[in-house]
Order: sequence, then structure tokens, then C-alpha cells
Amino acid sequence: MKNEPVVMGIETSCDETGVGIVRGHELLADAVASSVDEHARFGGVVPEVASRAHLEAMVPTVQRALDDAGLTLDDLDGIAVTAGPGLAGALMVGVGAAKAYSLATGVPLYGVNHLSAHIAVDTLENGPIPEPAIGLLVSGGHSSIMMVEDLAGKVTQLGASIDDAAGEAFDKVARLLGLPFPGGPYIDKAAKEGDRAFVRFPRGLTAAKDMERHRYDFSFSGLKTAVARWIEAQRAEGNNVPVNDVAAAFQEAVCDVLTQKAILAAKEHGVGTILLGGGVAANSRLRTLAVERAEDAGITLRYPRPKLCTDNGAMVAALGSHLVTAGIAPSVIDFPANSSMDVEIVSLANRL
Amino acid sequence: MRVLALDTSTAAVQAALVDLDDDELFLTAFRREVDARGHVEKLAPFIEGCLADARRTVKDVDAVVSGVGPGPFTGLRVGMVTAAAFADGAGIPVYGVCSLDGIGGNTRGRALAATDARRKEIYWAVYEDGVREGEPQVCKPSELPETGADYAIGEGASKYADELPMDAEATPIFPDLVKLVELAAPRLLAGAPTEQLTPLYLRRPDAQPAAGNPSPTS
Ligand SMILES: [Zn+2]
Repeated sequence: MKNEPVVMGIETSCDETGVGIVRGHELLADAVASSVDEHARFGGVVPEVASRAHLEAMVPTVQRALDDAGLTLDDLDGIAVTAGPGLAGALMVGVGAAKAYSLATGVPLYGVNHLSAHIAVDTLENGPIPEPAIGLLVSGGHSSIMMVEDLAGKVTQLGASIDDAAGEAFDKVARLLGLPFPGGPYIDKAAKEGDRAFVRFPRGLTAAKDMERHRYDFSFSGLKTAVARWIEAQRAEGNNVPVNDVAAAFQEAVCDVLTQKAILAAKEHGVGTILLGGGVAANSRLRTLAVERAEDAGITLRYPRPKLCTDNGAMVAALGSHLVTAGIAPSVIDFPANSSMDVEIVSLANRL
Repeated sequence: MRVLALDTSTAAVQAALVDLDDDELFLTAFRREVDARGHVEKLAPFIEGCLADARRTVKDVDAVVSGVGPGPFTGLRVGMVTAAAFADGAGIPVYGVCSLDGIGGNTRGRALAATDARRKEIYWAVYEDGVREGEPQVCKPSELPETGADYAIGEGASKYADELPMDAEATPIFPDLVKLVELAAPRLLAGAPTEQLTPLYLRRPDAQPAAGNPSPTS
């Protein structure tokens, strides 16, 4: 085990300042400073608020991660950082810090893709990922079905949301129902007391004609509108809105279409493993439904514990460790932060 | 002692190595490029370049000095996080200096130092023989209060020369890194404790609290 690389990962693509440290597949530290409370009063993530918090938290969070791991910067074999996709100003704080740490210590630097990192984090809990695998990534920023042929080099996107990310839909519907931000956990909780079949809300891009053009894509903005209209209509008639039932029916529509399409992608590509990742992968109904449907289809379903599903530095470190082990060349130091980074760039290593 | 100085409070990406001996300052390496969107790409290579030019390594650097603005936030933060992380990584102290002082600190007489705050505004402060009066401010050039300044200097002054009530230097002047080190010299020479760098934002984030949205923190 001595030869396994020790890698620090830095993540600042949204509102969490994350610094994780791994040795091979072993998680040594996962320090996260979140500015979510500051965003709550705005009802959503405010990029400038997030960027300010990242700058303040950056060095202290690195120190906390090193302390938790009982290591110093000299012990590192690699520093990995999310180069994109994400909020531009937020990404720049992490990329700037990672470059400076690499310069000051001489430790090689890897600029990596946030989405691939969401997949790599599973190795920390469940070991090496069988390739090929399908990744279903669902969060406030992304809803993607990814094909992982080689985590160190070939990751492609089979489909993604054409409008809102699933997590955004949770936030917006939570707001309609008077539930707090971020909406995911509150809707999940309310839905446990509700009836999933109370209303049938629309499943976006599942009609026959959509399945031709958008076979593995998602759309959640129509669903949000349908929920809004339904609530309006009830209020217009003087009825009370049953929050728990609406939450459950909405959540069912999201989870139904996410799992359906991920299973379909796996079947049609002859892939035997599906990985769940992203903040929404912590949703209890999504997990239950995915487990059931994967079992019926004879597909292995893997997912890490909820804390590793949300944005954190551990996932970036996990991908960095994978790249170091695979002998991938480090990134050149002038790489940019790329807010709309292509999913196919796993490591920046001179590819931008 | 050898000091790495950085400033990204303006459109110029700047890095320098400055030697400080008692009160003597020598600029030993310097990189600058005016590229308002290039901070995150260029700053780290500039530091590398400065070290190479001076035939030095990271181990030769004793301290870091960073401009802390005011300046457009995204670029400013890149320089500040770079300074803080470099210092932390090298195990050396870091000190912050108001970036406008890198312009106004070199003036004589009564001068207005101004940088471009975007959104048609300037960050500014008034200097009397190189010493700042009061805190830096932000406003539209046409809404500048009575300052008594005889001339204006800085990229904010040259850009808005027509709207300013006083003569403005036509060449855009950027914060002088040697000046920033000079202003930090008392702390550098005294071996003052390292600082948590706080940007001079002068503006609040653009965001309105969501109306009627219940919050878990409120
Ligand atoms: Zn994410």
C-alpha cells in the first residue's frame, strides 16, 4: 500500500469549498466549508457570494484537510483541482490556489473535470470501477448520463438536461411549496409522508418522438411549470395544497425518468454497471427506485454514501489519484478555469 | 530579504521579485501583461518566469506581498488566493497592501489615484505627497465629490479623462509592485505575523434576498 499516491483535491465549482486527501482509494480527509447558509436567504446560489466565501475559506480548509489526514504538503504526490464545469469566478479561486500550492511545493498539478470526479469518488467506497460503466449524475448543476469507457481518458456524455438541472427543479418546486433552500432534502422529507400517485406529473422527453431525438436527455422545466399550474388551480378553487403529496408526486416524476433513462442507456450499450453521483443521488426515492430497477434489469448499481455524492474535495482527489496511478501526465500550469468544460476532457493534461 | 509581489486589482496581471535590504529596494524580476481575463492563466506562469529570470527557486523567497484591491472581484481574487496559497505552501508570511497605494504612493502634490471599477465606475482615493487620505471609494467619475486634487492618475483616470474635473494622466498607470513592497517593509523587516488577506470589495454582491422565501437560517 506504500506505493499508492497521496493526492489532495480542491473543489470550488459551486458553493462548497472542498479539500480532500486520498491515498490510492483510501479517503484520508474530506474538509468542506459550505456557504449554503449565506445563499439560503437568496433562495439560490449567488455566484459572487460563493466566490467571496471560497477565497476566505481556501487556505484554512487546506490546512484542516492536512491536519485531519495527519500529513503535510511535502507528503503529496499530486494536487488535483476542478477546472470546470462550474461557476467561472468560483472555479478561478480553486484553480488559482491549486496552481500556487503546486508552484510553492513542486507537487505535480492535475486540472480535472468535475463530472468525472463525481464518478471517481465511488472508488473511495466501492473500489475500482468496472469499465465500461454508466454514470448517472444528478445535482443542482447537472443531470447527465455518462459513458465511462476509461476513467483516466475516455468519458463521454450520452445525454443531459436540455434545460434545468434536476436539483434546480427541486429548489424551484420547494419554493412553490414554501419549503426552504436547498429544496432536495426538504422535498425528500415531505415526500415520505405523501402519496406518490396523488397526481401524475409529466415525465419530460419520454414521448415516442422525443425518444428519437432526446433518447438519453432530460427536461425538468416543463415539470416545474406543471407543478406550478396545478398548485395555482387548486388555490383558485379555494383548496388547500397538500404539500407532502405534491412533493411525493413531483419527486416520483423526476426519479422515474432519471432511472428509466439510465437503465435504458446501460441496456442499449451492453453495460453492466451504473454509478449514481451528484447531490440528488442522496435522494432516498431515487436510490430506492434505482436499486429496484437495476435489480430487475440485472445491472449492478453502485453509489457512495450521501456525503460523498455532494460536491467535495475528496472526489477531485479520487480522480487525481486515479490519473497519477494511470501514469497520466500532469497539466501545464497555464490552463484556464473553464466554466463550460466539455465532459470529454477528464484531465486537462495539455488538452485545452 | 527576497519578496514575491503580486497585484491583479486591475486589467494588468503583475508579478515581481523584489529584494529588500534595510530600506533599499531592488526589482530583480518583473512580468506584466494587460489582459483583464487572463489572471488565472497567466499569474502562476509569471511567478515561475520571475523565479527563472532571477535564477532563484521557491526556497529563496522569504515573504509574499499582495495588492488587496479595490479591484474587479474575479481577477482580484485570483491574485489574492495565489498569494495566500503560495505563502502557505512555501511556509512564509504574506502581507496585504491597498492596491491604489501602489499608484498614489508614487505621486507628488495632491493627486487622485483611480482604477477602472467596470460598470462605468472608478475606485479612487486622494493622496497628498504620496500619502492616502481616508479610505478608498467607488463611484461614477462624473459623481466624484470635491477632492481638491490637481491631477488624476491610474487606468481609471486615463479611461475617464473626459469626465473627470481635473487633468488626467493619459497613459494608464498600474499599481507599482516595488511600491507595494515598500509600504509593507515595516511588517516585512519586523517579521510580523502572516495575515489573512481581505479584499477591499467596496461593493456588496448583486443579489436580492428572495421575497417571502422561508430560510433555514432565519
Ligand atoms: Zn457537482
